[in-house]
Amino acid sequence: MTNGISETMTRHHRECDEALARAEEAAAASDWVGLKRDAATFFAEMVRHVGIEEELLFPIFEDATGMRGGPTDVMRAEHERMRDLLAQMRLAVASEDGEQYLGLSETLQVLLQQHNIKEEGVLYPMLDMSLSGQADSLVARIRAYAG
Amino acid sequence: MASMQESGIRLEQAPPISVPFRFFLTAPGFLFLAAAAMVWRGGELAQSRFTPAAIAVTHLFSVGFMSMVMIGALQQMLPVLAGAPIRQPRLAAGITHICLTLGTLGLAGGLLFDQTALLKTGVIGLGCGFMVLLIAVGLALLHARTRGAAVNAIWIAVLSLLATVTMGAILGSSLGWGIPLLAALLVDLHPGWGLLGWTGLLATGIAFHAIPMLQSTPAYPAWMVRWFVPLAFVLLLTWSVASALPPHTGQTGRTACQVALASMYVAFAAVTIDLLQRRRRRLPDVSVDFWRVGMASLLAANIVWLAGIVAPVDWRVSVDLSIGVLAFFGFAGSIINGMLYKIVPFLAWFHGQARAGAGKAVPNMRVLLGQERQRLQFRIHLVTLALLVCASAWQPQFVLPAGLALGLDATLLAINVLGVASAFEALGAPA
Repeated sequence: MTNGISETMTRHHRECDEALARAEEAAAASDWVGLKRDAATFFAEMVRHVGIEEELLFPIFEDATGMRGGPTDVMRAEHERMRDLLAQMRLAVASEDGEQYLGLSETLQVLLQQHNIKEEGVLYPMLDMSLSGQADSLVARIRAYAG
Repeated sequence: MASMQESGIRLEQAPPISVPFRFFLTAPGFLFLAAAAMVWRGGELAQSRFTPAAIAVTHLFSVGFMSMVMIGALQQMLPVLAGAPIRQPRLAAGITHICLTLGTLGLAGGLLFDQTALLKTGVIGLGCGFMVLLIAVGLALLHARTRGAAVNAIWIAVLSLLATVTMGAILGSSLGWGIPLLAALLVDLHPGWGLLGWTGLLATGIAFHAIPMLQSTPAYPAWMVRWFVPLAFVLLLTWSVASALPPHTGQTGRTACQVALASMYVAFAAVTIDLLQRRRRRLPDVSVDFWRVGMASLLAANIVWLAGIVAPVDWRVSVDLSIGVLAFFGFAGSIINGMLYKIVPFLAWFHGQARAGAGKAVPNMRVLLGQERQRLQFRIHLVTLALLVCASAWQPQFVLPAGLALGLDATLLAINVLGVASAFEALGAPA
């Protein structure tokens, strides 16, 4: 059983973490130009990651295993929460409200990390196990995914 | 794949907010009661850890404050970290919470007011509360769908709690019913298992994952994540057996285990301080400051303990009390406080947002509980710690100001935590 899917997606989690931290730094320093740039990068990484899961991996997994209404639904529900927070964060960037951005970023961080624990601990290993036959092609499609 | 469907792996969501919150909101009250007892009976506290007042204050803190928060957090973390939700969470939490609350009040009240009937009720209440908790958590863990270091750590911490509570029940029966069974042995093993086992291993086991994730620090060393908790458990078992042997037989084993455990916790504290120094997220964060103080206290407590083992000097009593202050209040009290300041506002936001629905924004974590209010309480906490250390290590007269400072510490913590709870209520959501 390969773990190419979980490795690739976990690595992207860390890249998103880095992007979150960089945007926070800009907000804390009231560097609005930097915030606009770094937040845009962070938002784009998040949208891409969630898109890969919801549009590519989850449907294939659900078809392969018949597991609907299970862990993937829990993850989708949390993605909705994240999208709400990201929308508020976009507003904070636009209005150059550093305090608001940092509060939202802190909240997103906690939500995101407990979400990632569940994905990396449970869901991704399930994906590796049930989709092992398609691992290589899926990893290629993940890398090529452009939203 | 039929086997996966049948195994029914469920990534459960969190329990209702009232499940953890009842514990989190009660804990500051017990901290305040500990302070009140300290102000009232401070003189006896300084004499030894075995006076009724000292036992009362210790348990108001270790059960009423520390364990309450840890149990609340465990209810929250079991679904997330272990894929192991507790069945009937409201019922289990309700019984546990009521029994532990009344039990702690009974135990402390019985000791402070010299009321044996009250004390007996307290011991029974505590026994029932912990029994229900251990059964509920044990069943959940048996059905846990994930494996790995975090789940193993929770298992071991819970087993350590079982050991602690069993010994506590025996000591309690000695106090309440005059059955002096193994008392001389258990007065060291009971706090040892409670602090180094239940508290320490739950804290380290969670920290190995939570600190790198929440603060974007580098990872803990892989060998530490894998081996720290199981090794500490084996050492605690060995220490217990060695302690039960006649002194001339078991002394070397006892000492070796103590030195090993102290060294391990020193290593954990040092690594954690280093990782926090190298964290990627650099925002000022009172929770991180609480953890720094916790780690510094853990270092200090273990260094004093090691010094006492390796080069014992004839000031046993205040060494015991100093280690107790540093380990209980400095270490456990600080990290638990820091953890509360993350979990309480997050849960209020999480459940508040769920009820409000999509498209309606609820206040974020930092609005629900601002850094300034946290920092004020943190400063009082530091003052309290300093006064407690002075009282235990230097001048017993410091007990009164320490008690007053602890009372203020508890009040500010209560205001902060209750503030979040009432903000949550104001969001119009049922708890």
